[in-house]
Amino acid sequence: TNLSFPLGHDPAPLVVQTRKPVRAAAAAAAAMRLIVPLQGVVQGRGGLIFGSLIPCALFYFLQLYLKRHRSPKPQSNPPSPTTSSPKLAEMTRTSSRSNLFSRSIGQVRISSRAISIAKPNESPYYIGLDKASEDPYDRLSNPDGVIQLGLSENRLCFDLIEKWMSENLGHSITGRDNGELNINGIATYQPFDGTMELKLAMAGFMSHIMGGAVTFEPSQMVLTAGATPAIETLCFCLADQGNAFLVPTPYYPGFDRDVKFRTGVELIPVHCRSTDNFALSITALDQAFNQRRKHGTKIRGILLSNPANPVGNLLSREMLYAILDFAREKNIHVISDEIFAGSMYGNEEFVSMAEVLDSEGFDKNRVHIVYGLSKDLSLPGFRVGVIYSFNENVLAAARKLTRFSSVSAPTQRLLVSMLSDARFIEEYIKTNKRRLQNMHALFVAGLKGLNIRCADSSAGLYCWADMSKLISSYSEKGELELWDKLLNVGKINVTPGSACHCIEPGWFRCCFTTLAEEDIPVVLERIRKAVENTTDLLNSS
Amino acid sequence: MGLLSRKATCNTHGQDSSYFLGWQEYEKNPYNEVNNPNGIIQMGLAENQLCLDLLEPWLMKNPDALGLKRDGISIFKELALFQDYNGFPAFKRALVDFMGEIRGNKVSFDPNHVVLTAGATSANETLMFCLADQGDAFLLPTPYYPGFDRDLRWRTGVEIVPIHCTSSNGFKVTLPAIEQAYRQAQKRKLRVKGFLVTNPSNPLGTTMARDELDLLINFIEDKQIHLISDEIYSGTVFTSPSFVSVMEVLKDRNLDQTQVWERVHIVYSLSKDLGLPGFRVGAIYSNDPVVVSAATKMSSFGLVSSQTQYLLSAMLLDKKFTKEYMSENHKRLQKQQKDLVSGLEKAGIRCLNSNAGLFCWVDMRHLLKSNTFEAEMELWQKIVYHVKINISPGSSCHCIEPGWFRVCFANMSESTLKLAIQRLKSFVSSIGMKSQSHQELKSLRRKARNNWVFRLSLQSFYDREQDTTTKVSFSYRPHFMSLSNIAATLDAAA
Repeated sequence: TNLSFPLGHDPAPLVVQTRKPVRAAAAAAAAMRLIVPLQGVVQGRGGLIFGSLIPCALFYFLQLYLKRHRSPKPQSNPPSPTTSSPKLAEMTRTSSRSNLFSRSIGQVRISSRAISIAKPNESPYYIGLDKASEDPYDRLSNPDGVIQLGLSENRLCFDLIEKWMSENLGHSITGRDNGELNINGIATYQPFDGTMELKLAMAGFMSHIMGGAVTFEPSQMVLTAGATPAIETLCFCLADQGNAFLVPTPYYPGFDRDVKFRTGVELIPVHCRSTDNFALSITALDQAFNQRRKHGTKIRGILLSNPANPVGNLLSREMLYAILDFAREKNIHVISDEIFAGSMYGNEEFVSMAEVLDSEGFDKNRVHIVYGLSKDLSLPGFRVGVIYSFNENVLAAARKLTRFSSVSAPTQRLLVSMLSDARFIEEYIKTNKRRLQNMHALFVAGLKGLNIRCADSSAGLYCWADMSKLISSYSEKGELELWDKLLNVGKINVTPGSACHCIEPGWFRCCFTTLAEEDIPVVLERIRKAVENTTDLLNSS
Repeated sequence: MGLLSRKATCNTHGQDSSYFLGWQEYEKNPYNEVNNPNGIIQMGLAENQLCLDLLEPWLMKNPDALGLKRDGISIFKELALFQDYNGFPAFKRALVDFMGEIRGNKVSFDPNHVVLTAGATSANETLMFCLADQGDAFLLPTPYYPGFDRDLRWRTGVEIVPIHCTSSNGFKVTLPAIEQAYRQAQKRKLRVKGFLVTNPSNPLGTTMARDELDLLINFIEDKQIHLISDEIYSGTVFTSPSFVSVMEVLKDRNLDQTQVWERVHIVYSLSKDLGLPGFRVGAIYSNDPVVVSAATKMSSFGLVSSQTQYLLSAMLLDKKFTKEYMSENHKRLQKQQKDLVSGLEKAGIRCLNSNAGLFCWVDMRHLLKSNTFEAEMELWQKIVYHVKINISPGSSCHCIEPGWFRVCFANMSESTLKLAIQRLKSFVSSIGMKSQSHQELKSLRRKARNNWVFRLSLQSFYDREQDTTTKVSFSYRPHFMSLSNIAATLDAAA
């Protein structure tokens, strides 16, 4: 799950990380089985020092071995520049950097970045998504297909949007309201960071879904082609290669791609646990910060999702204050991903980072908010994301960077009309909340019937389900076995906690907004069937 | 305060060049036939507005495309949820058909080799991310599109090594020039990963001849490097010689079964050929499956809206419409270009012979006070401030001969073009009266000295002259705040 991309320009060729923590964890477990008895043997004769030294050394070599796992050739023996095999030359890409200045001509290579990205994705998150899209369940046409619970998209209110589209669409794009077709305003070059009209409409919408408690300034907005580039752009602006962001776990599996892919920025997990319902604590933040800084990593900020994806809990007002204090103390940035702010089903109140900043005299310059229309307005296909920042320099840089990911102008125009239709938006938000509440209640109750409990949550298109009782061994391996069974036997795709870097095995993210009510019994039945044998196994052993 | 990244604060985005400064001047005082007849005429923008009137009736006649319907039934749901970075198969098919048509159907393209991106800008950057590591180099024939300095280098850390072309052979790429650039790169201890050429050329407005393409192919074959052919102007070739795509040459030379085939990548876009830059549709076409796979995943940082993909696939599938559009587009481009060339000729200004593009490469060497870039800058300032026309000086395109300018003609009406020519004409005749113009120059220079903008532009220009490596310069400079504010206003720049 840990997609590490050894970047070729890294000064130290040794920094080739293992690409398979799953495998690594299994190997580590095996090694421990070997080391522990060894320790006993040595302690018997050599005393405490040897007893700890030898296992440590063994463990060190194991890590070294894992690190080199990807490149079969030993580091000390880089391939000669005249290597004829193109495959070999590609494989040892990182070490061959030492031939950089060589005049001789070798096989052409693409970038090390591209080589690692082009490989099939090994994260269960992406494997499951692919599998579900190859054979998608449909109540009528493909009842035996895979049910998609791994993609957080909202299909609950399509009827509303569709109705609006059918009534307004043509006019909204061409601007025929005034009786005149005008393509000039969409065909030609528009500001790359979004039109002022859409920024205005977006500011209004964001304020609306956050309960009107906060106002957003359109001039502090940069629009991007989805939240994915919004986050990447911010990372390009805030961090250099090799710098890092703290991220509370479990976190959205896509961050590994969105943040690390091209920027070379690292993510440092800050572990949250089920005992606190996965709430973030400043102590944990502080620990992770100090530990990594000791190792020389420059930490540039905290990346939060609020409402949290995948748990669905919220950061309290007090917590937001504490985070801002922490950020000021450490002199780092805060990126608050609030893309689910409008997908609330609980009674708890959502507090935006912007609201806290509004009310208190915090240093706004370090706070950056990410938003988008993919979740709250269920329009992922339209690719609209927002960077909202208080830092003029970040805004200036981000505006320039949006030339690589701007939103199509006809789409912008369409959204301006939709977001400006106050009556429609009002109705949409109300209905969406009601249907979310209903689906969430039904789904969670259904899981409870199977003796599966979910973490307390208030928002999002998913629930965070505890299936640790159903896994064969309390480990990542056991979790992935269950995931595999759910996918291949039960034919439902859920996201395993390990893909979200959750430290406790057995948790799964299940998105329920892709379902219709009548699908819920089907899902429950499939889970039951998939784990039937497992529980039998557990009971019998 | 938390610091920003070097990328956010450094200067490699190249937006301080005169290309962008001219834009800033234009934004302050844009020409409008009715409201601001004395404003600056924008001839620095390669935008095709000549055929927008043809697009409107098509949209009127095809309400389904606009209303996101198929056979009258709404497919909105499908579109709203569509976020597959592989793109709509139907759109990709329509796009490759269109690309084939533009190339006279002499080559066919496989939709599975296409990666859609949010504009050609993103396509070029993505290819850089895929083909080169930080510190690797690409060779680019000069003069080249000023935006490349930013698009190719900024985030990727890739270096550009110029191949210097000169007017002596109409700025054609020659083997000695390529070899010299290659040696230059080696001297700088840069690993050359490939070539990037624009064909038809921006800013020259010329297509590459077969022998030039042969030369490039031989070279990449020999050195085992990549070739990116940016063909976003391929549909603007309005007169002979006709356009020859690098893919066609590869096919003709039976290289499509060799390794070279996988090392040639095409960049395409609908911004210039269909005149739809606002739609942000670009594409990478590559025969290397690894590049296609990596670029596809990277395209999630700049996907094309599903609504736009659907609308455009309907438009491109209407073959009758695209055919009519292309032929009318050629006609209008040719006329507008001829008007510009003959108008300038009457003013004693000559253009490089061109057959494509939305611009002419204009020779004003005889108007320079001396054969230097300082003189070019002086002339450029005069043209922007005094003549009130924004054009792009050759130095911003890294041309090594002072006195050339890129002049765009497709983003304006016939009457505006006439006015621009008129303004230039009277400027040239006023230059004849030497003493007077000398005075003006002096006052202008004083003006320039007072204007930090020009100091900056000259500075960046000198930087380039002294050291073509254009090293990353950190800009914790006192004027950073103001710089970034200005940059913001420049963002509309093409």
